[in-house]
Amino acid sequence: MLKQALVATLLLAALPVAADTPQQLIAGYAAQAASNQPGFVPSAERGRQLYMNRFALADKMPNCAACHTEKPVAPGTHVITGKAIQPLAPAANPERLTSSSKVEKWFKRNCSEVVGRECTAAEKADFLQFLANGG
Amino acid sequence: MRHSPRLIAIAALCLAALPALADKLRLPATPNAAWQEECTSCHLGYPPSLLTAANWRQMMGSLDRHFGANARLDPGTRDQILVFLEQNASTKETRQSPSLRISETPWFRHEHDEVPARAWSDPAVKSAANCGACHRGAAKGNYDEHDVVLPVAARR
Repeated sequence: MLKQALVATLLLAALPVAADTPQQLIAGYAAQAASNQPGFVPSAERGRQLYMNRFALADKMPNCAACHTEKPVAPGTHVITGKAIQPLAPAANPERLTSSSKVEKWFKRNCSEVVGRECTAAEKADFLQFLANGG
Repeated sequence: MRHSPRLIAIAALCLAALPALADKLRLPATPNAAWQEECTSCHLGYPPSLLTAANWRQMMGSLDRHFGANARLDPGTRDQILVFLEQNASTKETRQSPSLRISETPWFRHEHDEVPARAWSDPAVKSAANCGACHRGAAKGNYDEHDVVLPVAARR
């Protein structure tokens, strides 16, 4: 019995981390945001504004849309390297928003580069809501 | 059947030329998974043999200032990628880049000396980082000269 339990535990431990869903990711960031802003509700419209806003810290990369195009369901192009970028919106690219660590990594990199600081949990929830809605 | 000494000499020369052929730009058959994940999301996967091990060490030690971007990785991932790069790096001095830019090695400059200046500034090319603009098979590690297509504007 004990052996069986041990085997089951080992099997579970060997499984890859369960994939996240866009809704789970949004809920996670929304919960974090609500701790500072009681009653916080993610807004796709605020997310769109963040996506389109021209922070213009870098000439070639003034906003998200510079590489990801104005429609996140469309494929983009890296403005400096020319590399093709798969669409950001899960509706066009189901691989998007399925890994919390990946989402966090790219928020960290791109917010510091384009926005000039880390994004807040509220901004992340809004942004993902915008993408989940298909832009 | 006896082979003439001349034939043997030619065969020996051909064999001696093999390492040069092996130094092509193909990507390693089994690229490191972390390299694939981290180093090919903003630009295509540049063959590690385009720079020397010393170049790669310097590159991976300055990822927070990576050609204008902060591409910092956690130390474990960084070290794992560096091992892969070092193992597949070039040992040729002509592939040593003082600026760490692949496009500034003597080898690269020589290989591209026929490319007109306007090709580099073509909007479809954007920068020398965009190998795939002309080398259509670049993402798969194919840089064969016969598959090169210059952007239309540059050909005029």
